[in-house]
Amino acid sequence: MTAELAEPASKIELPAGVGGGGEIPTFDVHLRVRRYNPEVSEEATWDDFHVTMYGTDRVLDALHKVKWEIDGSVSFRRSCAHGVCGSDAMRINGRTRLACKTLLKDLDTTKPITVEPIKGLPVEKDLIVDMEPFFQSFREVMPFLVNRGHEPTKERLQSSEERERFDDTTKCILCAACTSSCPVFWTDGQYFGPAAIVNAHRFIFDSRDDAGDMRLEILNDKEGVWRCRTTFNCSEACPRGIQVTKAIAEVKQAILSRKV
Amino acid sequence: MTATIESPRSGRVSSNYRRSGASKGNFEMLAWLFMRLSGVVLVVLIFGHLFVNLMLGDGIHAIDFGFVAGKWADPFWQVWDLAMLWLAMLHGTNGVRTIINDYAEKNSTRMALKVVLYAATTVIIVLGTMVIFTFNPCPMVDGIPLPGGFCPA
Repeated sequence: MTAELAEPASKIELPAGVGGGGEIPTFDVHLRVRRYNPEVSEEATWDDFHVTMYGTDRVLDALHKVKWEIDGSVSFRRSCAHGVCGSDAMRINGRTRLACKTLLKDLDTTKPITVEPIKGLPVEKDLIVDMEPFFQSFREVMPFLVNRGHEPTKERLQSSEERERFDDTTKCILCAACTSSCPVFWTDGQYFGPAAIVNAHRFIFDSRDDAGDMRLEILNDKEGVWRCRTTFNCSEACPRGIQVTKAIAEVKQAILSRKV
Repeated sequence: MTATIESPRSGRVSSNYRRSGASKGNFEMLAWLFMRLSGVVLVVLIFGHLFVNLMLGDGIHAIDFGFVAGKWADPFWQVWDLAMLWLAMLHGTNGVRTIINDYAEKNSTRMALKVVLYAATTVIIVLGTMVIFTFNPCPMVDGIPLPGGFCPA
């Protein structure tokens, strides 16, 4: 085994704090996590954790530190941890957002940071909810290409303008932040929810798709787009910056112009 | 020996999230459209009403029984007030219906609240319409005008 040689010192003099020269500041964080374990108690409780975190850390890093070093029973979902998979949507200080995209330094660290499961879906354990009702609505709008024409020999062509038409709604990662921040969905969970409408929008306005009418008919339901109250909670919650309320409004317009 | 492991929760949706069949018809769409259109018309009707009653002529000081009687003698104001009554009542009722749908969690609660709402709406619309069309500024009993009436001299 050979000892690794130390990297030669840089010949360029960097002032402290530039280019990683300075040390990353650390601070203490007080995390209040909503705990629920039906095998122990039907009551959900708050658990407090104090951890020392770096200025570059996110809420997810704090949860990791808690789970790996303090209490291994803390349960939450996360996969990629970089804002792409959409697994770790949770309510942080009352706002629905991705734990992996929320920097601790952007929150008020003088007060406890509350972390709760997303609202409106049945909690299974701690921060994990049953996403099945959410995905059921998603499936119901047929989120796949339906094309009745002849199979093209090459790719299905589309102009960049036609692609631009639904570009915003292709960004959805199905994290459920929008649907679980919608007050209409909270009431009884019957509303299709912003995420399903966004994913319907993605195909309704796709020039290659032929099932737009069917999707509009599905969303003309009494639990469909007409239950939207344009409170903009979804647009605010979306970690991908999708203009969800605008997409819902466009679907409403499409149904109207088809019927009237 | 083989054990069968159930597939993990595929497509199992808890019953209170299941939608009870697709709804037929365009009622919700028409209700949505009505809210927007009646809203626009009501802005004109209400501000027209306020302007005529409070600003024109002697303004607010001219309002008395005779002023109202005079307006309702004119078919134009009868239609104006009728449109305002119906649109405002239906607009408001639909708004409250929406609020009930959003805030009541059980269908039975929804039903009970909506029965009260629709009953109140019906009574007010019917009464209001009757008043506008059967309004008599000079009620007579046995050829003698009742006090408080507004009879042409």
